[in-house]
Amino acid sequence: MTAAVADAPVAGAVPSFQVTLRLRRFNPENDTEPRWEEHTVTMHGTDRVLDALHKIKWEIDGSLTFRRSCAHGICGSDAMRINGRNRLACKTLLKDLPLDKPVTVEPIKGLAVLKDLVVDMDPFFEAYKSIMPFLITSGNEPSRERRQSPEDRARYDDTTKCIMCAACTSSCPVYWSDGQYFGPQAIVGAHRFIFDSRDEGAEQRLEILNDRDGVWRCRTTFNCTDACPRGIEVTKAIQEVKRALLFRRV
Amino acid sequence: MPKAPAGTLYRGREGMWSWVAHRVTGIGIFFFLFAHILDTALVRVSPEAYNEVIATYKNPIVGLMEVGLVGAIVFHAFNGLRIVLVDFWSKGPRYQKQMFAAVLGLWVLLMVPFVIRHLSHVFGG
Repeated sequence: MTAAVADAPVAGAVPSFQVTLRLRRFNPENDTEPRWEEHTVTMHGTDRVLDALHKIKWEIDGSLTFRRSCAHGICGSDAMRINGRNRLACKTLLKDLPLDKPVTVEPIKGLAVLKDLVVDMDPFFEAYKSIMPFLITSGNEPSRERRQSPEDRARYDDTTKCIMCAACTSSCPVYWSDGQYFGPQAIVGAHRFIFDSRDEGAEQRLEILNDRDGVWRCRTTFNCTDACPRGIEVTKAIQEVKRALLFRRV
Repeated sequence: MPKAPAGTLYRGREGMWSWVAHRVTGIGIFFFLFAHILDTALVRVSPEAYNEVIATYKNPIVGLMEVGLVGAIVFHAFNGLRIVLVDFWSKGPRYQKQMFAAVLGLWVLLMVPFVIRHLSHVFGG
């Protein structure tokens, strides 16, 4: 194909192979419906789906549109649906996918597609804002740091790992059908403060999530836990918030 | 707002499919109960009418539907307990896959003898 030129010397001992990507594309200026498009590129054993997308964008079709910033699984920009599951393109190695058939790449579900793999993230961030993702305290600020025991810190450690990529929220069948649902990520964001011993806003946040579009919409499908690129046990966090609401014990 | 265009099916795992099956069996059981309440209410109209309606159930097609009904109820019951444990047992979310395997195991364990006995009644007279 087009891209065999500079591969051999760079690759060294790394095996290279042909990969076909089946991309779901949508250009709002020309298309009324999304369409599928296939590209075959030569990639290496060390490459990720993001590298294949880059190769297509840089060497074949510059109009291919997707988000990515750090490309190392920290910024949370490139969540997309790879072979039917929400994954970060920059953390999914091509060699781990079945390459005998095309790798399907689609935008995440439940959020309006703006172009190709880019979706409108505003509703997602609105949900996050509504749970007040900041420290709430009362009284005078201490002159030193707010101290916390390692045990208290460990209580919400899992939910501090969130990078807000929306892989969890857009994997949730409840969110697909009801955009009013806060979604797993907002609950993870709330969990991070509700169980923080230094925070005093737990009661308010619990009340927000006690809403009919709050934690009770969760149907424990575990899609979010499976999708999270940071390995956060999302469904467990939601369950802890549910139990905190039921037993009023944080 | 979510005008998700039809793409591929989301490839969820045990959790998602158990939820789908729980919904499907739940709705199925609801419609059964609907018919069941109506036919049982016939007793108030007249016992003869009730007997007549119940007698029409004694055919192989309804016999097979009864297998489906029992299968749906057994699944819904065990998976319902799994969901209760997911929500109330602190380690529930971590063991949901194993619990789902247990649900399927128990389902097969109960359904095999039931189907053998039931169908031998239905088809054996």
